[in-house]
Amino acid sequence: MTKTITIAHGNGGEENNELIKKIFYKNFENDILAKSEDAAVIEDGKLAFTTDSFTVSPLFFPGGDIGKLAVCGTCNDLAMMGAKPKYMTCSVIIEEGFSTRELEKIVKSMKTELEINGAIVVSGDTKVVPKGAVDKLFINTTGIGTIEHKGITASGLKEGMSILVSRDVGAHGATIFAAREGIELASSLQTDCASLYPQVRALMDSGINIVALRDATRGGVSAVLNEWAKTSDVCVEVREESIPVQEEVRGICEMLGFEAVDLANEGTFVLCVNKEDEPKALEVLQQTHTTSAVIATVSQQHKGRVILNSSWGTKRFLDLPTGELLPRIC
Amino acid sequence: MCLSIPSKVVKVSDDKTMCTVDTMGVQRDANLMMMDDDDVKIGDYVLLHIGFVMNKIDEDEALSSIETYKEILEVMDEEDRKRAILEDDECKARSQQYVEEIKS
Amino acid sequence: MGLELKNLYDDFRDGDTIKAYAKIIAEDAKKLKKPISIMEVCGGHTHTIMKFGLPQLLPANVNFIHGPGCPVCIMPKERIDHAYVLAMQADVILVTLGDMIKVPGSNGSLQDARAKGADVRFVYSPMECIKIAEENPEKKVIFFAIGFETTTPMTAVLVDQVIKLNIPNIFFHINHVTVPEVMVELIDSRDVHVDSYNNQIDAFLGPSHVSVISGSKIYDKFPRDYGRPVVVTGFEPVDAMQGISMIVKQFVEERCELEVQYKRVVNHDGNLKAQALIEQYFEKMSLFRWRGLGNVPDSGLKLREAYKAYDAEVLYKDVLPIAEIEDHKLCICGDILRGMAKPQECTIFGTACKPTTPIGSCMVSSEGACAAYYKYGNLI
Repeated sequence: MTKTITIAHGNGGEENNELIKKIFYKNFENDILAKSEDAAVIEDGKLAFTTDSFTVSPLFFPGGDIGKLAVCGTCNDLAMMGAKPKYMTCSVIIEEGFSTRELEKIVKSMKTELEINGAIVVSGDTKVVPKGAVDKLFINTTGIGTIEHKGITASGLKEGMSILVSRDVGAHGATIFAAREGIELASSLQTDCASLYPQVRALMDSGINIVALRDATRGGVSAVLNEWAKTSDVCVEVREESIPVQEEVRGICEMLGFEAVDLANEGTFVLCVNKEDEPKALEVLQQTHTTSAVIATVSQQHKGRVILNSSWGTKRFLDLPTGELLPRIC
Repeated sequence: MCLSIPSKVVKVSDDKTMCTVDTMGVQRDANLMMMDDDDVKIGDYVLLHIGFVMNKIDEDEALSSIETYKEILEVMDEEDRKRAILEDDECKARSQQYVEEIKS
Repeated sequence: MGLELKNLYDDFRDGDTIKAYAKIIAEDAKKLKKPISIMEVCGGHTHTIMKFGLPQLLPANVNFIHGPGCPVCIMPKERIDHAYVLAMQADVILVTLGDMIKVPGSNGSLQDARAKGADVRFVYSPMECIKIAEENPEKKVIFFAIGFETTTPMTAVLVDQVIKLNIPNIFFHINHVTVPEVMVELIDSRDVHVDSYNNQIDAFLGPSHVSVISGSKIYDKFPRDYGRPVVVTGFEPVDAMQGISMIVKQFVEERCELEVQYKRVVNHDGNLKAQALIEQYFEKMSLFRWRGLGNVPDSGLKLREAYKAYDAEVLYKDVLPIAEIEDHKLCICGDILRGMAKPQECTIFGTACKPTTPIGSCMVSSEGACAAYYKYGNLI
């Protein structure tokens, strides 16, 4: 570990994992935590429990705001464990001088999103700190939900299974970079930020067995596939050309030198099912997004790693993203 | 030598020092101070590097390259087809099938 | 049929075309009298070649040597320390381009300096300095300029604007270097300690965005005086494959020429306005120390005497270290930059030296050979 914490430690990739393992897991050690799923499964598999903090900048971006993100982020973590979001808490740390109108707008966004999930906020906390102590507004939400589909875990992948993605990737990360000060881009790109429980419910209702489920937040699809490969000790082989990416996300990636699979999403999830369930799963996903696709299969080629197979017969490893995402220059 | 990307010019500022370019639906401003006045017009394809237009892309040369690639692919396809037919002719299983087809 | 923007991306990345060129190269390579080694000078080419897995498509007798075309990788440690020292000055905002942030100096990287409270900003374009300077009139904004000829004219435009708009608080630390001189150094070193005749470079894949600015004329001397063919090649995988194909054909047909593959943007003369801007504000330094290569004559640029009031190296010379600092003794970036070794041959590659804990610049910069190999190079 480095002597001081760097921005890279918050990237959701390699450094982030190192920080979590070496400081937090080491001290808080217990079996539930060690599973490191999207949400903790407690009370003998009956409930899912999770927390998340939101520090996104800018606060308002095309297609959403920090409030919507705060509810989606936590509810989606529950949905990814096959749980129905039920109760949430909401803690805010507000910078002195923050606009009351904006705060109200953000809280209204949260309300809208709670309704979509069928969840309610039952407890919270508000703190106001002097100017400069936080950057405008930080939100923390904690959520608890009832598990409706058991057995969803990152360690369940086996050879032959299929991996699908629920829609085109990278929209949120690309939107944030585009909206951020200092890089002025004008496009109609929007975040993919959305509540995923309805889609998960549809998958459960269709009767397929969900082997693994994870939303591709920080670190993108790349992080999810790598975690699965490691945790299940299998190889994930991706057909590079099948990864769906919107034109405009491609444009931003070209301009700034990113790869869409490394960018964060807030309304996109990756799903692993048995091969025979693949057509049905795709059918269900297509009902919400026509850009959903089958992107990979599980094999034994290189255990613990993700391989990208190109359409011209070459292959390479797709590793966890590292560092702070910087626009590439020279 | 690094990230320089093709974009299309969609707007030029009045004083000709800046322009707006489009890369697959994503628009951004770019500096024209490395180009002579009136060199760059709306609809031109340009190469962008760290916020500047470096040079124009020669459309004729680009199309000519693309044409070259098409021809190469056609020649390849032609060779592949010939090879496939040859392999087909020499395939024992196939000839057995022909024999059976002729009989029936 | 007209040209669309999509064509400029998709058609130059087409999988079938890549496969077709692989076949052509394989056929031609059978007629080669001996194996050939092509140096791709430019970090961008290294990146393309590795990312798209092109070595997997080439026959065994056509090899790549990775060159020093990564302006961050070739910065000697003492100059990286300059950036750190300037950043730590109380009234300075240090502004630079992306990759410089992570490069390790003796006291740490600019990222470390920022974590310690220094005001370091990375920008997409040098022109962003103007806004930063306006918003911080009491601070000195120092633009730490890096890059080859591709990036130098943009710095020149900023210098031009700073002078024309009378901006009082923007200064420059110039680390621009030029490519042809180092290419000569690799095949005909003037350093008596270097046995450059032992190099294996048979041909060059010419840095092309450099020649968008300077024109392909800068490579005339290589076939003419040094017997090395140069093919100026673009950065998409089809470009690279076509460029390699053109080189192989030259050897088969026993030609030695300068050819341009990247015809859609490169011509012999280049961007004359950009060249004029560079000429107006910069001049060559007689010596510039390249990491791993030693002093490469006439390869570094500095602000002309008339503009020394804007030169941070002059203004801060009392605090800037001048002693040459050697690299970590296990780091073989120098040999890698010369094309004498491959990243995997380094004893600390992938273990002590990784993108998260880089020992040498080649691992930190996305254009560096080590970073490209680490990310894409465990080719199966």
